[in-house]
Amino acid sequence: MKTIYLLIVLFPLVGALIAGLLGSRIGREGAHWVTSLSVGISFALSLLVLIGLMAGWVQPFNGTVYTWMVSEGIRFEVGFLVDNLSAMMMTVVTFVSLMVHVYTIGYMSHDEENWPAGSLAGVNAYQRFFSYIALFTFAMLMLVMSNNFLQLFFAWEAVGLVSYLLIGFWFNRPTAVFANLKAFLVNRAGDFGLLLGIGAVLFYFGSLDYVEVFAAAEADPDRTMSIFGGAEWKVVTVAGILLFIGAMGKSAQAPLHVWLPDSMEGPTPISALIHAATMVTAGIFLVARMSPLYELSEVALSFILVIGAFTAFFMGLIGLVQNDIKRVVAYSTLSQLGYMVVALGVSAYAAGVFHLMTHAFFKALLFLGAGSVIIAMHHKQDMREMGGLKQYMPVTYWTMLLGTLALIGFPGFSGFFSKDAIIEAVHASDRAGAGFAYLMVLLGVFVTALYSFRLFFMVFHGEGRMDHHTREHLQESPRVVTVPLILLAVPSVLIGLFTIGPMVFGGFFDGAIFVHRANDVLAYLGQDYTGPFGFIAHGFVTPPLYLAAAGVATAWFLYIKRPDLPPVIQSRLRPLHAVLENKYGFDDLYIKGVAGGSRALGGFFSRVTDARLIDGLLVNGTARSIGWAAGVMRRLQTGYLYHYAFVMIIGLVVMLTWFVFGAR
Amino acid sequence: MTTADAFETPDLMLALPEIWLLAMACLVLVVDLFSKDRDHTPAFWLTQFALVSTAVITINLQWGVDATTFSGTYVADDFGTILKVAALGLGFLGFAYSRDYMRDRGLLTGEFYMLSLFAMLGMLVTISAHNLLTLYLGVELMSLCFYALVAMDRDSPRASEAAMKYFVLGALASGMLLYGMSMLYGTTGSLDLATIREAAATLEDNRILFLFGLVFMVVGVAFKFGAVPFHMWVPDVYHGAPTPVTLMIATASKVAAVGLFLRLIGEGLEPLIADWQQMIVILAVLSLLVGNTVALVQTNIKRMLAYSTFNHMGFILMGLLAGAPGGYGAAVFYAVTYAMTVAAAFGVVLLLSQKNFEADQLTDFKGLNERSPLYAFIMLLLMISLTGIPGTVGFYAKWLVLKATVEAGFVWLAVLAVAGAVVGAFYYLRIVRLMYFDKPEGAGPQPSGSGGFRAVLTLNGLAVLALGIFPGALVAICMAAFAP
Repeated sequence: MKTIYLLIVLFPLVGALIAGLLGSRIGREGAHWVTSLSVGISFALSLLVLIGLMAGWVQPFNGTVYTWMVSEGIRFEVGFLVDNLSAMMMTVVTFVSLMVHVYTIGYMSHDEENWPAGSLAGVNAYQRFFSYIALFTFAMLMLVMSNNFLQLFFAWEAVGLVSYLLIGFWFNRPTAVFANLKAFLVNRAGDFGLLLGIGAVLFYFGSLDYVEVFAAAEADPDRTMSIFGGAEWKVVTVAGILLFIGAMGKSAQAPLHVWLPDSMEGPTPISALIHAATMVTAGIFLVARMSPLYELSEVALSFILVIGAFTAFFMGLIGLVQNDIKRVVAYSTLSQLGYMVVALGVSAYAAGVFHLMTHAFFKALLFLGAGSVIIAMHHKQDMREMGGLKQYMPVTYWTMLLGTLALIGFPGFSGFFSKDAIIEAVHASDRAGAGFAYLMVLLGVFVTALYSFRLFFMVFHGEGRMDHHTREHLQESPRVVTVPLILLAVPSVLIGLFTIGPMVFGGFFDGAIFVHRANDVLAYLGQDYTGPFGFIAHGFVTPPLYLAAAGVATAWFLYIKRPDLPPVIQSRLRPLHAVLENKYGFDDLYIKGVAGGSRALGGFFSRVTDARLIDGLLVNGTARSIGWAAGVMRRLQTGYLYHYAFVMIIGLVVMLTWFVFGAR
Repeated sequence: MTTADAFETPDLMLALPEIWLLAMACLVLVVDLFSKDRDHTPAFWLTQFALVSTAVITINLQWGVDATTFSGTYVADDFGTILKVAALGLGFLGFAYSRDYMRDRGLLTGEFYMLSLFAMLGMLVTISAHNLLTLYLGVELMSLCFYALVAMDRDSPRASEAAMKYFVLGALASGMLLYGMSMLYGTTGSLDLATIREAAATLEDNRILFLFGLVFMVVGVAFKFGAVPFHMWVPDVYHGAPTPVTLMIATASKVAAVGLFLRLIGEGLEPLIADWQQMIVILAVLSLLVGNTVALVQTNIKRMLAYSTFNHMGFILMGLLAGAPGGYGAAVFYAVTYAMTVAAAFGVVLLLSQKNFEADQLTDFKGLNERSPLYAFIMLLLMISLTGIPGTVGFYAKWLVLKATVEAGFVWLAVLAVAGAVVGAFYYLRIVRLMYFDKPEGAGPQPSGSGGFRAVLTLNGLAVLALGIFPGALVAICMAAFAP
């Protein structure tokens, strides 16, 4: 099996290398074939492993593949931990990645138009793009399959790097460069937390291997450390919160969420793959993977719960005022990530991971659908210029509808199961902050339905607001675009129905996710669980369904029935609208406050300390004096033999005097 | 310890490497005499075969052995094996690089191979000597061959001048070395290094006499290293000698010098470490300071490498002065890898040289990347290795030496050395800048040379990188040789 795991990881890497390094030789066709095939093989093998694990003819694997080095008893290794959790992630990642590969063939087919004519930057950009997404698949697989913190960190940085490269894929656009720099810097802040967390784990538990760390933490759960003066904190709490700060960066939780909306500057397939389905869920996966650690710390879980709840509701609100089609979906992603984090916070890890999986499908679908719309609109993304697209793009319309229904939690669709499971779990939990979180996630349901259908109605229904030229060229996207949409729509609708039983209430994650009995809200809910249809029936007596319906109705009323109303509301509630427009001021705070302050400080150091003191006095001063000394000493090399001999004799005499006569 | 009246048949097998090399050298002489080949092809291949076969014999017979023969005047042991194999390998590189160059200048004669082989023999004898006389014999054999080699280009006034200076100063240094040895003999009544060591351990009244001898011997050894202030010959000789000869002096002879130090001072006078450590510290400090400073203002790459040699010799001395197995191991590692790197650097100079043209000015390297990306890259590797940047072997060499120095308690010396290395970065990286960022003046020299030469040079350059990534094995071998 070890060989198969290696192959799963290495195929995308080889594909990426071939497409990246030999891009100009193999051409566009070669590049998309080699990467798609390699990811396809990875998907097939991952699926095989998942089926094997479920059927029982594959045993969970935890082992080392390669030992990098051993230093003072700490082993630095590359290793795989493949159990149901990672196998599920592997399958989701490779499936969505494969869909995105196929879709990209259509989406990027006219990429040369995105580069300035005659610019060298656009040469082989198509191949480069495929190389990047295959490389991303490799990094993401390394992340989910890791069995130790070192590899986790490597993969964590690697997905961050590819994300950076892809957000700034069109690096001739200043906005894209700004966005990828922002993503990079904000992620640095998160990664610093992760690194500190790993450091704390290594320092206190003396290992980087997951299983060993969990065992060490379990053996001494009440160990404390002192930080900031005298306060004593539990090690697991500190390590847990630090690791979660890393997760906040990658999974875009407030207040480290600011990079995700801007990341929409990247090509749409990337938004679907990296910034909706897979990479941003790395944080969720991390916490789920670390569940034995988090279960030891109520404080860390409460922290997670509150952050998630805040993100789930308030980020959804911003989605209401966005006009860029991709940004709406991006804020929706933020909000849904918040839901997943909330689930983690109430120890319902399985529900969080379950939502992660369903969300991966329907959010990838929504992004790719939005991309399809963008193709038809000739890369215009403003919803105010759309409308009435239903008649031109039937496949996109219907698949988007299915995705939207899944997102708002229409009964029976995959999103319904996962979101309701989370809401019920929060309701059942008595953890500190659960009351606040319950309110947030309930209100979030309404907001989700509202912004989702606002987008849907503005794009597909009503009057067409595009200009004449665009309208003439409106048409359904090519098959490489629509087939992935259809293939993603199938799991978006159905996957919840078939998997909620084992994944949330069954024993699917036994051995991979660990929950203390006292915290186990899902087991408590599971007592009443009778099957997926019973769960749907139960949905009709709980508030979320009606809140969602109210959201859809409001959207219909505001954007179909009375499209004149929204501007009025907007002018009446101007202060509130301004707050949302400004995204609560996080951007201003970071850009003007943190970044501006850093730049000012840097400018000061550069002008005064560096230019005057270091360069002027120390560096140039030293260089000048050494140059002078060299000039003098060089003259000693006269070329006269007797001078040379004389120097030798002097040296001898000095040494003789020093040692022989000085030794007395 | 054997005396003259208890003569026993020496174990000739133990000394087979030297005997074999001598036999091969004579064979080369005879074959070349009767060969009609104007390029001396048989001599070349025989010489290379002699070096390789001697190295193989050395490894087979002497690695893992610790024994003496010829009445205790010859010793075979682990670190001797390393140094010998390194010297032979460097000789191999030297011949591989120099053939085209010497042929173009009409210097490719049988004598070149003969003298070089005898110089190699001298080095081997020096490294294996266990008696003051053998030691001196080896050193002189090596030096005399080098004097002649430097003067090979008889029509060049510069080469003749260099040979003259080298010879006179070398004679002076040899005289001092011999004088120091006579002091030891006078006090101990023995030429055997083991006996001298015992006597040095139980010094009473003779201490002054011993120190007197020690100073003279340190001067003699320092001359071979080219350590400041006994360095004045180095730039002139490096510059004046034909480049292949410079290569030999800069590489193989330094390895032999390490052997000379370890035998004479490290082993024979080990009990006096407190005294000679001080002397070596002074030499190391001066070498570090002067070498780097003057190298900054050189415009001739051979002179620049000569001055930077002082800096590296300073590092090797730092390893040696620690007087501990770790330090010796580090010094040997440094010497071997430094010699290898410099050999390749001279190789690049030779590669760019053509008939009637010496590519030894820094300006000749301008824009090399456009003419030959491969050799520009190799030169880049060599320069960053000499600077000591991680990823190349030079980093590990410096690191090991600094570690040993700090462990020996000379933190300030380590700091000084690192500061010196930073200065050194200037003139090494300047070459990188010239190669990659400057435009050539005119056409600039093109790489020449045969396929074999290019292949060996490429491998040599890449070895610097490979050893920088996987230094473990070589470090382990060097350290194991000195393990107590």
